[in-house]
This record gives sequence, structure tokens and C-alpha cells, in this order.
Amino acid sequence: MEFLLQPLNVLTFSPVVGVLVLLFLGKRDGLSRWVALGTSLVTFGISLWVLGLFNANDPGLQLDFAYDWIQAASWNIKYAMAIDGLSILLVLLTTFLTPIAILSTWHAVEERVRDFMVFFLLLEVGMLGVFLAQDLFLFYIFWEFTLVPMYFLIGIWGGAQRMYAAIKFFLYTMAGSILMLLAILWLGINQGTFHLPELLALGNIPAQEQFWLFLAFAAAFAIKVPMWPLHSWLPDAHVQAPTAGSVILAGVLLKLGTYGFLRFNLQLFPQAAVELAPAMATLAVIGIVYGAIVSYSQKDVKKLVAYSSISHLGFVMLGLFALNAQGIEGAILQMVNHGISTGALFLIVGFIYERRHTRELSEFGGLWSIMPVYAVLTLIVSLSSMGLPGLNGFVGEFTILLGAWGAGQGGALGSIWFTVFAALGVILAAVYMLYMFQKMFLGPVTVKANEALKDLSWRELAIMIPLLVLIFWIGLYPKPFFALMHPAVEQLVTLFQTAAIP
Amino acid sequence: MDFFSSADLITALPLVFLTGWACILLLVAAFAGKRPGLLPALSLAGLLATAYLLVSQMGLEAEAFGGMFVTDGFSTFINLVLALGGVLSIALSYDYLQRMGIAKPEYYVLMLFSLSGMMLMASAADLIVVFLALELLSIPLYVLAAIGRPDARSEEAGLKYFLLGAFASGFLVYGIALVYGATGTTLLSGVVAAAAAGLEYPIYLVLGAGLILVGLGFKVAAVPFHMWTPDVYDGSPTSVTAFMAVGAKAAGFAALLRIFVAAFPSISEQITPVLFAMCAATLIIGNLLAISQSNVKRMLAYSSISHAGFILMAVVAYGNDAVRFDVVSSALFYLLGFTFASFGSWAVVMAMEKGLGRGLDFKDYAGLFRRSPGLAIAMLVFMLSFAGVPPTLGFAGKFYLFRAVLEGGYVWLAIVGVVASLISAYYYLRLVVVMFMQDGEPEVHHEPVLKITAGLTAVATVLLFIFSEPLFAWASQALLRIF
Repeated sequence: MEFLLQPLNVLTFSPVVGVLVLLFLGKRDGLSRWVALGTSLVTFGISLWVLGLFNANDPGLQLDFAYDWIQAASWNIKYAMAIDGLSILLVLLTTFLTPIAILSTWHAVEERVRDFMVFFLLLEVGMLGVFLAQDLFLFYIFWEFTLVPMYFLIGIWGGAQRMYAAIKFFLYTMAGSILMLLAILWLGINQGTFHLPELLALGNIPAQEQFWLFLAFAAAFAIKVPMWPLHSWLPDAHVQAPTAGSVILAGVLLKLGTYGFLRFNLQLFPQAAVELAPAMATLAVIGIVYGAIVSYSQKDVKKLVAYSSISHLGFVMLGLFALNAQGIEGAILQMVNHGISTGALFLIVGFIYERRHTRELSEFGGLWSIMPVYAVLTLIVSLSSMGLPGLNGFVGEFTILLGAWGAGQGGALGSIWFTVFAALGVILAAVYMLYMFQKMFLGPVTVKANEALKDLSWRELAIMIPLLVLIFWIGLYPKPFFALMHPAVEQLVTLFQTAAIP
Repeated sequence: MDFFSSADLITALPLVFLTGWACILLLVAAFAGKRPGLLPALSLAGLLATAYLLVSQMGLEAEAFGGMFVTDGFSTFINLVLALGGVLSIALSYDYLQRMGIAKPEYYVLMLFSLSGMMLMASAADLIVVFLALELLSIPLYVLAAIGRPDARSEEAGLKYFLLGAFASGFLVYGIALVYGATGTTLLSGVVAAAAAGLEYPIYLVLGAGLILVGLGFKVAAVPFHMWTPDVYDGSPTSVTAFMAVGAKAAGFAALLRIFVAAFPSISEQITPVLFAMCAATLIIGNLLAISQSNVKRMLAYSSISHAGFILMAVVAYGNDAVRFDVVSSALFYLLGFTFASFGSWAVVMAMEKGLGRGLDFKDYAGLFRRSPGLAIAMLVFMLSFAGVPPTLGFAGKFYLFRAVLEGGYVWLAIVGVVASLISAYYYLRLVVVMFMQDGEPEVHHEPVLKITAGLTAVATVLLFIFSEPLFAWASQALLRIF
């Protein structure tokens, strides 16, 4: 009982209850939708309860528990979970985006609704598990488990090339994670435990080994983020995935990668992180610029948004490898921002796709006069995505750039050029987002089919409004968000100060 | 003079009982013409009794027949896996053979004899006994492979298996002869003692061990001795294939592990590179060939070659005393996970098979998720287990296996294994794509036994992963007797 009543266990496995109800109810489409929505809302409620239990002033792990799982054969595997300042925002992001994504499928998914919802809720379990697991073995299981439902979401409910995209998604991610598995095993054998707090307490991994272990973990995470040049699965997966799948893929699944860097690469291998920071930052900056340029050249709106993710996550990576408090806090906030803004952009693309069944930029033009509400919402989200002051994107990117600048002057990065090129990325983001907006909404209506389009319905507005509230909230008053992560980040940063000394 | 004592018989009781029971059933088969259900029922009863005797022997470690026969944790583990395999094989066979019109009472007797050979293999502590066990397990299998007569492909499978199997037996015997020449004994304990005392011509021991490896490599279908596998697996009736894929492999690895770990640690310096090359080749070639298959049965055949490669990964480190026990127990654990997923997937294949050798293509599986979601989900679990994706027993098996490899210090072999897993995920997922994402109207035979077997093995594959502690404990205590 004690095991089941652990708040974090309740949180992680509450969607499973919904899955069981769905399986029990059989194939009733309407009811399935409501059950799934209700389950995800309850899960969101539980995450708020966890937030209530969370003490923001404590830099350490909270609500933590560790049960022996496999002790035989000199394994030392625990079933351990905890939450801290590094993960709480991402947990909330997950539980917040899931009901929104489910609500967006109301008319988009008509086939096998029950199965869709089952996979979707299972995906939520996997994602929450990744953020909460404190044992490497358990982490790996949740990490791999997220692949399976997402694979089906893309493969069954996706677009024309869905099978190709689904397999590519699965194999790419597995390629990286299986290298991480070897590194996890190495740690387990040589350190005698898989429990992350114990590993951190030991903290005696030699520098030479740290280097290789860092690379093995980075292989898994860099593919997931995705960092240039390992990004080629992303456009396929995004374009083929159904809207709700894209929202979760961009909103949460990509953050599993950046979170992995934060939780494991930075904490476990601080010396290697310091050593490799310039290299990682170089890849990050290339990603920022590359993603932006490729976005600009897209003719398909969804592809444009997909490539913009590569650019945005480049910022997150740059912030993380600034290895100072500002950079990392900016990175964590930017993970949340990207989840909200890009999630909203995918929803916006989904709305128009449901109406016109095309996403070609050339098919649109002058929509402002036909769908004014839709146009205004798109404008706000686009501005947030490109980092306009007063909206959420600005706060994250600006903090990251400040952190990178600081790290460039005598910090981990050693050169201010990273900041310079990243700032160029901000300008490029304005170029491609405004280009998209202009093509879609301004000018005369060129295509006859667009004349009769209906503006957003109440349901669609209900999906967008919570996202807009957050866009403004984080943009205008980010303090409570920083307050949640600040103590944990401060504690993390001390690791690099000691690591940099020898 | 006493040839053996009653204590010897008690040590070997499960095996003695099973062999005796098979002899009795041979007589029963002659009179069972009108009651087709009698022999499978009696065979099942015999196997369950054998399993009971095996369980009662847990923890026993004893020698019998002058040291030629050993009962230890290792043999008990393997034999219980074999008994489980036997039960599942017989359960799967009955309806299937009726449906295919090839039901024959002696089928079950042959299976029991073959199982006796497999179990003897796991306990054999003398090279001559290994040879006897190999023949006892193989000869009924040759007949079983051809039992689909007059189906030409089944006959071809039997003949091919027989010819190549006989050839491989020759290698084994030659190897045994060379070992005898070098050490003057065929007892494993004697080989160890002779090697420790110093050999006049150690090269013969190395050559002998190499030839034994060839003979056993053939049985476990390791590259380059795998050529027979796809044709024989594909041509045999599927129930026989299922039996063969697990049974012959488990027995072959039992002998391989016991002989090499117990008798040949002194020449590991010369043998390990050979094992390493064989293992890497098996992993890579088995998986690469599986990619291009369009027939599910052949795909599973090649995939079983690649699983032999994975188990060989553990064997490579056999000479390292510090990890010797992890080598054995990780191989055992992997074998157990493979047994569940293997029988489960063959059950699904049998449910889809329209007639001998028909309805086995990937395209025949299109739309299975819509038509029969239970079977499709079970197959998904088996494919994930084969590919080593959590939460399945196959993942736990790979995890343990990779640990043994890393502990042995073979990082490059682990990386080859990782690449192989990735390649294998591709073809396993291809089947999942067909089942779940393509439309079609598959024909499914709704036989309860097949569904129950697929369901139970799928549930076991997942649940035994989540609650894997006792299995890990059991495998790690299944110690091999060291001389």
C-alpha cells in the first residue's frame, strides 16, 4: 500500500487507470474521448497536488523513495523515483499538454479512437516515468517504453508516409539509446549501483572514463533532442504524425533528450561536461542557424515548424552547456517555452489542415480577412516563438544568451562567438516566422477554396487559451518559474566549479 | 561386478523416468490407432511428472555412473526449460497436426525420445555421453522434420537435416578422439586433471576442442554452420520447428557451456578468438540475412541464428574465472526469455498457417490487429522481446548478457551485439508494421490452444520481466559443477 500511495507513483500510473477503463468499455468512440480527457485532467490535477507538496527552497530530491527491485546476481537495481527543481516544470508541462493534445483530436481522429487514446495515455506514463526515475535501469525502461506508443501513434494514425516515418523514428532513437545502455551497464558494474543518488554520492568516475560515458549517453540524448547532425528523423516523424502526436513529440518527447543531458550528462560526468562544453555548444549553434535556414526554405507549414524546433532546441543545448546558473535556468525555461509555443504552432497547423487537408504555404494567403481570430492567435504564437519581448520565448532565449555570454568570458565556453551566432539565430527566427505569417494571412485571398473557411470553434479556442495564458504569464512574470528551479540549479552548478579546478 | 548402483539411478531419476516412459508409450502407440488424443495426453502427463522430479532435485549436486553423469543446478535449470518447451510443443502440436492432416501417434514418442537426449546432454560429463546424447536428440528430430510426408518440402527438410547433421556428428566424434589422444580420457574431470598435469601434445587438445565446437556449432546453428537452418525450419511442420528451435538450441548450448567452462578453461587463450569470430559472424550474418526475408517462418529461422549469436556472446568470456558464473547464468537467463518468446511467436505463426507451408508471408499478416487484436498484441510482445526492448524478458536477458560481456572485458563484442540488436529491431518492427499498420483480411485459425499459448507466453514475457528478481536469483544459483 505504501508503495502504491507514493505521490509520484500515483502521478505516473494514474493514466493506466484510464487505459484499463478504456479497454473495459470497448470500442465506443465518443465515450473513449471523454474517458481519456478525464483521465488526463485528473493526472494534471495530481501533478498540481505534487506541486503543492513540493518545497521550492529545497535544492535536493523530494518525495523520493527507493525500493529494492532486483538484488539477485549482485545486481543492485532499485525502483526509485523523486522530483526536484530540474524536473518539476517538465512534469507539469507533460501533464498540461496531454489533455490539450487529447482535446485537439476530437475531430482529427475518427478511426480506432479507443486504441489511439490507449496509446496516448501509455505515452504519458512513459514520459512521466522518464522525468521521475532515479535509477538508471528504471530510467532506461521508461525511456525505451516511450518509443512503443509513439511508434504506433505515427504508424497507425499518421500521414501517407507514416510507416516509413514510424520505423525511422524507432530505429534512430534505439540506435542511440542502446549505446547508452552499455554505458549504464558499465556504471552498474564498476560503481556497484544503478541508483542515481548513490552514484552521485560516490562521484568517483575517473576523467578518462567520464569522457567515453559522456559520449555514450550523449548519443542517446542528442538523437532525441535532436542535435545537428542527428536530426534527420525529426522532419519525417513530425510531418507524418497526427497533430496530437506532433504536439507531444515537440512539446515533451524532445525534452526527454535535453532533460537527459541535464540530469545525467551534467550531473554524472561534470569533468567531461566542462571538457566537451565548447564542442557541444558548437553543434548547438550550428543547429540554431541550420534549423532556421532550412525552416525558411520549406513550402509545407508543418515542416517549417518541425525544422524550427531544431533551431529552438539548439538554444536549449547552448544554455545547458554554458554550465552556469543563468544558462541552465534559461535552458529549462526554454524547454517549457518551446513545449508551449511549438505545441501551439502544431495545433494551429492542425486546425487549418483539418479544414483544407493541405499544408502547402502556396495554398493559403489572405486568411486574416476570413479567419480573424485564428490569425490573431497565430500572430501571438509566432511572436512568442521568435522571442518578442513580453512573451515567453524572449525570457528563455535572453537568459540563455546572457548565460552563454558569461560562459564565453572566462567560463566553460571560452569564446563569445557562440553568443554572437546564436543571436543571429534569433533574427533568422523572425525571418522565417514572419515569412510564414505573411504567406498565410496577408495579401489577397488567392485560392477560392479558402473563402468559405470557418473561424475557430469554441473547442479549438478552449485548446488555445490555456497556452496563450502561459505565453503571457511566462513573458511578463517569469519569477515563479525561475523560483521553482533556482535552488536545484545553483546546487548543480557548484559541480562544475569543482570540476573545472584540476 | 556392479555396473551401477541404485544411487546412480536416483541421481538420474528424471531422465531415467522420461526415457522409460517414452519406451512404454512406444508400445502404447502401436495400439492407439483409434484414440488420437491418448498419446499426447500420456506424453504430457509424463513430462509433467518429469518436471516434478526435476523440481524435487533442485539444489542437488551429485555425480553418477562413475562421473559420466552430473546433476547440478545447471542441468536442473536447462532440463526444466526443456520440460517447459516439451509441454508447450505437445500442446501446440495436437490441433495443428490434425488440421494439417499429418497426425501420427509416434510423433509424440519421438518428441519424448528427443527430449531425453536433450536432457542427457545437459547432464553429460563425459564426451562419449555427449555424443550419445547428441545422437539420441538428433535422430528423432530428423524423423520429426520429415513427418509432414508426403509434403516434399518436409521430406527435403528431414533429409537435409539428416545429411548435414550426420556430417557434423562426424566432426564431434573426431574432436572427441583427438581429445582422448591428447589426454587419455573422455571424462571431463579427467581432461581437466590431465591438462593440469601437463600434456605432451597440447595441440591435439586444442584441435579436438575446435572440432567439438564445430559439431556443437552446427546444433545451435552458429555461423558458418548455419546453412541448414532456414531450409529445415521452413520445411518442417511448424510444430516441429518450434520444438527444434528451442530444444536443440538449449541442448547444444548446455553441452557447449559444460564442456568448455568445465573442461577447457586451460586452452581458453587459443579457443576464445575462435569463439569471438564465430559469435560476431553469427550476430552479423544472421541478422543481415533476416532483413531480406519475406516469409515469416524464414525470418524467424534467421532470427534464431542471431539469438544463437547472442548466447555465444556470453560463452566467449568462458575462460575468465572471475566471470565464469555470470557467463553461465546469463546464458541460461537469456535462453529462458528466448523460450517464451519463441514458442509464443510460433503459436501465432501456426494460427496464421493456412496449410503446410502456406499463409506464411509477411503480406498474409496484414491487418491482423483489426482481425484478431489479441494475437497481434501477443506477437508485438514477442517481437519486442526478441529485439530486446523493455518491458520484456528479452530485454532483461540482453541486459544480463551484455553485463557478462563487459565484465569479461570484450567491449568491442558488446558493440557488435548492440549493432546486431539494432538491425534485428528493423525486421521485427517490419512485421509489426504489417500487422498493425497495413490493411488486409488475414485468415486466422481460432484454435484455443494456440491462443492460450500465445497469451500466456506473452503475459509471462512481460510479467516475468517486472518481477524478475526470483528468476535472476535462480539463474545465478544454477551453478555448473567445476572439476
